[in-house]
Amino acid sequence: MSETTSGRRATATEDNFQLKARVMEPDEVRRALTRIAHEIVERNKGTDDLVIVGIRTRGAPLADRVARLIAEFEGVDLPSGALDVTLYRDDVALRSPRNLEATTVPGDLDGRVVVLVDDVLYTGRTIRAAFDAVLDLGRPRAIRLAVLVDRGHRELPIRADHVGKNLPTAADEIVKVHLEEIDGEDAVLIGGFS
Amino acid sequence: MIKHLLSMDQLSADDITKILDTAESLRAVTDRPIKKLPTLRGRTVCNLFYEASTRTRISFELAAKRLSADVINFAADSKSSVAKGESFKDTAWTLEAMGVDAIIVRHGSSGAPHQLSKWVKASVLNAGDGWHEHPTQALLDLYSIRERFKDFEGLKVAIVGDVVHSRVARSNVKGLVTMGAEVTLVGPPTLIPQQAASWGATITHDLDAIIGDVDVCYLLRVQKERQSEQLFPSLREYAAIWGLDSKRVAQMHPDALIMHPGPMNRGVEIAAEVSELPRSIILDQVANGLAVRMSLLYLMLGGPEENKEVA
Repeated sequence: MSETTSGRRATATEDNFQLKARVMEPDEVRRALTRIAHEIVERNKGTDDLVIVGIRTRGAPLADRVARLIAEFEGVDLPSGALDVTLYRDDVALRSPRNLEATTVPGDLDGRVVVLVDDVLYTGRTIRAAFDAVLDLGRPRAIRLAVLVDRGHRELPIRADHVGKNLPTAADEIVKVHLEEIDGEDAVLIGGFS
Repeated sequence: MIKHLLSMDQLSADDITKILDTAESLRAVTDRPIKKLPTLRGRTVCNLFYEASTRTRISFELAAKRLSADVINFAADSKSSVAKGESFKDTAWTLEAMGVDAIIVRHGSSGAPHQLSKWVKASVLNAGDGWHEHPTQALLDLYSIRERFKDFEGLKVAIVGDVVHSRVARSNVKGLVTMGAEVTLVGPPTLIPQQAASWGATITHDLDAIIGDVDVCYLLRVQKERQSEQLFPSLREYAAIWGLDSKRVAQMHPDALIMHPGPMNRGVEIAAEVSELPRSIILDQVANGLAVRMSLLYLMLGGPEENKEVA
């Protein structure tokens, strides 16, 4: 759900992706997530009411990692979940129906602080869809946003509370996040269409 | 995805799996406090029913509403222009002129949905046509079976009763055979169609001979209105030979399921106490029907018009 948030943009596939540079290596991803995990707890003044929810596809393993990190250094059990926002997207009528994945959110969200986690923040439309998806599940006290990469080019007035790396990009560039759980390695790549 | 759903013949094993997987994701929505999704906002779905229906019509209506589509219910009865002699075609064009995106049609004549799909630009979903097919019933049955057994390969399913007049049986045989299940049709010779041998199913007239061997016993409704055709001697005799009672259930495999598309004739094809056993998943079928119909509406209406293959 990373770089192709807007229905008008072409979809990057493995075939036409031309790598320009690797902008984050596994250690950098790990350090960024560790920092984000600490920031979340600091901002929340502890772990009370926290729920970490990843936006599928790649936000989900990131959310699990952040929750695990917080659980380790705070010595608490922190719930994490995953959200499939496909049915809430504003471009649902513009593109072929996608395969759906399960939405798994731990317990009741009423009065909790939901930290949404995604890999790339781009137009903001995915996050907008995620707001609606969360609000249909309950009424959290607050929703916050943590992303591994913010690549700019917002189309909606949305910003992240916690950012792993700010990455200035051109609109025709593609940012790919690879994660151990899905792609076999942790990395952030930047490239273009071939 | 397909533009129209007219017959199970249109669907490959991969298509069916995709529909069932999507339904599984949507099933969860049914269990949460806000049971609505914004996905089909601005789309209009029309239920066009020329025959009586409770669960199919309500299930489609609720499925469309859960996805935020607008729903029109049209029953071709004394309150509609059909009573004034309006033809099927004129009714179709009237709906077309109002700009509906999908027409869910039930009709007493086999092939009516197919005909309708030639007249209108909207997607047509067959909700039962004559003795022909009832594909959404088959899909929800496949969903219900998969929920318990995970895999269809080699699964033994007996379909018992009036196969001749049953669109449910036709669609289910096609779907089950496509998914790799072994289907046996059981019933009096007068109620098993001659050509059934070519469907890829086995035929028997002896329920007791196979009941101990099946994973799913699927009972069809005895169409009491057909009793005058003398296709079987009496309801009591039917119940004695082909009805599922406690004695026959006792011979079934412990994990075997009992299914029925509804409405049931308790005491005829199924004994009252049998319909309430835990292994009888008749109400699960109804609940799953909602998720399966949501899945179909999403997959068929969700994308842009130009991406749809013409059936």
